[in-house]
Amino acid sequence: MTALEIVILMLGLSLCAFLCLFRALRGPTPADRTVSVDILGILMVGFCAVLTVATGKDLYMIVGLAWAHLAFVGSLALAKFLEGKSFDD
Amino acid sequence: MIDFSNPLHLLAYVVMAAGLAFDIVGCIGLVRLPDVYNRLQAATKCVTLGTFLILLGVVLRFGFGSMGWKALLCLWFIAMTSPTAAHAIARAAHRAGYPLWKGSVEDRYAEDDEGRKIAPAAAADRPKEA
Repeated sequence: MTALEIVILMLGLSLCAFLCLFRALRGPTPADRTVSVDILGILMVGFCAVLTVATGKDLYMIVGLAWAHLAFVGSLALAKFLEGKSFDD
Repeated sequence: MIDFSNPLHLLAYVVMAAGLAFDIVGCIGLVRLPDVYNRLQAATKCVTLGTFLILLGVVLRFGFGSMGWKALLCLWFIAMTSPTAAHAIARAAHRAGYPLWKGSVEDRYAEDDEGRKIAPAAAADRPKEA
């Protein structure tokens, strides 16, 4: 894959990440910030996939896999916290 | 720029471009829509499909090697867990009593027995009709 496609994909995903950060900073309620962090975690897996294509190393795909798991657990924990309960409920 | 010799690589480019388009549309929805539930709805569906397509592009580009199988595993995991996390966030936001947009016409979870039992005060002061 040539450099131009990598640059286009990286710039597009960066635009998405900045839109998510805008919502995380501006969001009027904590629920908006939680949604934004959840979406940002999924976008980072896309970044890892683009880095895999750019470098040809499978290391970045392993990082993306771990990131997907951690983003899922973090989203569930934040949702539980948003509900106003303790984590063992 | 693009080598048209291998049709699978060309298909990988097209799929990854479609995934990027879905990501951008979903994040624009995250910024532009009025309340928590609308934002969650737009962003989660579009960004999940977008990342799914980008990972599918990796599978098409590299085949079933050491990268393709990991991308396939990651793709399956994203498709399973991202709607689950979004559902958990929406349920938590509703039970914590975050209000709907004033143009919303229906709130089935507040009419439901479970929703009324959990947060009666929050369900009571929510507008019934737009």
